Amino acid sequence: MIEKFDAIVVGAGPSGNAAAYTLAKGGLSVLQIERGEYPGSKNVQGAILYADMLERIIPEFRDEAPLERHIIEQRLWMLDEHSHMGTHFRSDVFNEAKPNRYTIVRAQFDRWFSRKVKEAGATVVCETTVTGLLRDPAGRVYGLTTDREGGEVHADVVILADGVNSLIAERAGLRPKVRPEHVALAVKEMHFLPREVIDQRFGLKENEGVVIEMAGTITAGMAGTGFLYTNGESISVGVGCLVSDFKENGTSPYVLLDRMKRHPSIAPLIADSEVKEYAAHLIPEGGYDAIPAIHGDGWMIVGDSGQFVNAMHREGSNLAMTTGRVAAETVLELRSTGKHMTAHNLSVYRKKLEASFVMKDLKKYRRLPSTLHDNKQFFTDYPRLLARAAETWFRVDGVEKKQKEREMVGSFFKSRGLRGLISDAFKVARAWR
Amino acid sequence: MHIVVCIKQVPDSAQIRVHPVTNTIMRQGVPTIINPYDLFSLEAALAIRDEHGGTVTVLSMGPPMAADSLRRALSIGADRAVLLTDRFFAGSDTLATSYALATAITKIASDQPVDMVFCGKQTIDGDTAQVGPGIARRLGFHQLTYVESVETIDRARRTVIVRRRAEGGVQVLRSELPCMVTMLEGSAVVRRGSMADALRAARADVTTWSAKDAGIEDISQCGLRGSPTVVRKVFAPQPRKEKAVLIEASAHDPVHMAEATIDTLFAALPGLNAELHAAAAR
Repeated sequence: MIEKFDAIVVGAGPSGNAAAYTLAKGGLSVLQIERGEYPGSKNVQGAILYADMLERIIPEFRDEAPLERHIIEQRLWMLDEHSHMGTHFRSDVFNEAKPNRYTIVRAQFDRWFSRKVKEAGATVVCETTVTGLLRDPAGRVYGLTTDREGGEVHADVVILADGVNSLIAERAGLRPKVRPEHVALAVKEMHFLPREVIDQRFGLKENEGVVIEMAGTITAGMAGTGFLYTNGESISVGVGCLVSDFKENGTSPYVLLDRMKRHPSIAPLIADSEVKEYAAHLIPEGGYDAIPAIHGDGWMIVGDSGQFVNAMHREGSNLAMTTGRVAAETVLELRSTGKHMTAHNLSVYRKKLEASFVMKDLKKYRRLPSTLHDNKQFFTDYPRLLARAAETWFRVDGVEKKQKEREMVGSFFKSRGLRGLISDAFKVARAWR
Repeated sequence: MHIVVCIKQVPDSAQIRVHPVTNTIMRQGVPTIINPYDLFSLEAALAIRDEHGGTVTVLSMGPPMAADSLRRALSIGADRAVLLTDRFFAGSDTLATSYALATAITKIASDQPVDMVFCGKQTIDGDTAQVGPGIARRLGFHQLTYVESVETIDRARRTVIVRRRAEGGVQVLRSELPCMVTMLEGSAVVRRGSMADALRAARADVTTWSAKDAGIEDISQCGLRGSPTVVRKVFAPQPRKEKAVLIEASAHDPVHMAEATIDTLFAALPGLNAELHAAAAR
């Protein structure tokens, strides 16, 4: 006998869990299908958790969820081969009762989140891959097939939270194939160190944490960034660039990471550590213009699968949780008013997202992906110029200060030219606005 | 046929970490799996059930989280799951474990007589291979260890024929039922449960028994108190002193690459050539 559910959620990452939890809490019969051995086994992230978006779903999460450290200091670094320059913002204000950002280890965090989903009443089935969507002659999605024997299941609505590649949506023709210039490939390593050593190296106490976001020559002229996050007893170090750039450049991600780890500014932070984990992940970075259709008759797309990542601000899992929650709330509202899950009725989901920070932020930076992709000087020339300028300025060598200023300004003109400088400033301003 | 399969939740040995100070296995944060040999016993039990009908009950002793492994066994196709969990069981060695499991099997048999008990050859975290035989001895069952396959079951005569891997060959043994079998990796592929099995497992309540529920009256035979095994010292083997050497050889095609590698090898080990010739002459 083929079972029917009110809703099926495909995937047990942040967006899928947020959707399944909200739907189950709302009293619907929910089936969640995950291809991994357990929820979290296939999931990879930096990983920073933004509390606000989870708090809206599970207000008491701080008492239960496995959290590593709360962030009290954010560093933004621009690196050339020998140096880094940048800003540090550290504040005791971040040592608040309900901190805003945490580092997490996804394998553990996702298991906790999934436990909450099960407690809320959803049926969670792992080690099961969805092979296709079932559609009636009018195109309405009414269920799906899996790779298990007798694997057909039906539902009023299917929520696709199956991650960046979303092969299901692609195969069903709901979404085009992801383009190489719209995804970044990121790799990361977990460097294990005793808690006290991490506390000492970063000047931390009692679960305080530091985040370092990096850009510059570490990406070898490709559009991308690096990061270093402090966990309880490990440090996550990673780097990611656009897949299209890797293809053009011929460099492999692990070579990039290996070089980044040897950078004089980074090496001492992870010295004497033991690498226990290595992970790679695709990140959708196409921004607003890459967002596919995210709803139709009997289906919705949430999270990475819908390209919901704000690459500029390193926000992804929060957008995933928010889109998952909003999609679920849309279903609950339609149910309570006795409406069907038609494309027209589900369009409320898109409208809600357009009115929220999710789409507004992505819209704000819609030009950024292509600007960075087409202007590699931001990752090569500028970091070097800034580093040289700083080096000139701080070195005391008897050269008069006016002369130093002339050298510094001159180096910028020589490298980029007046037109180049003005055009770069204009491009950044336009992409930022 | 009523078959009880004993399974153990173990840390995934592929991802295991040893605590640098205490030299004990760090279980926290390491993914857990069903002991691989137990999966082969589960498959063997399910195959017998498919052929002869009956029930497969999976049994485990462990912390509450071991219910995940039992649920996974249900999703593969087992009919019923029982978890023994109690603070009295903490620190059990193989003697205490076999006592608790045998008592629980007796209790399970009081509802429906048990014809066979399956265990894995051994667990990958303890490596003792003692619990299965311990259960058989306590229950008074025949024991068939290191079995690679169950050949036939004669329900009328209540006998079973198995192939047992022994030193120097394979033994084909016939035994009366009830019996206890410990399984090797065998040749059977562990099945994937159907969608119905997966849904049933996701919704199933794993029966949880305390020591008292399992019918254990003598607590002194359980856990640390019932375990005569004393661990004096745990140590990690010293890493080997010799380091691997990277042989660099460059050539464009496989043949020249192989030749270049061999040349480098002979250059690095001057005595090798003479040694090989001497060996060939002998």
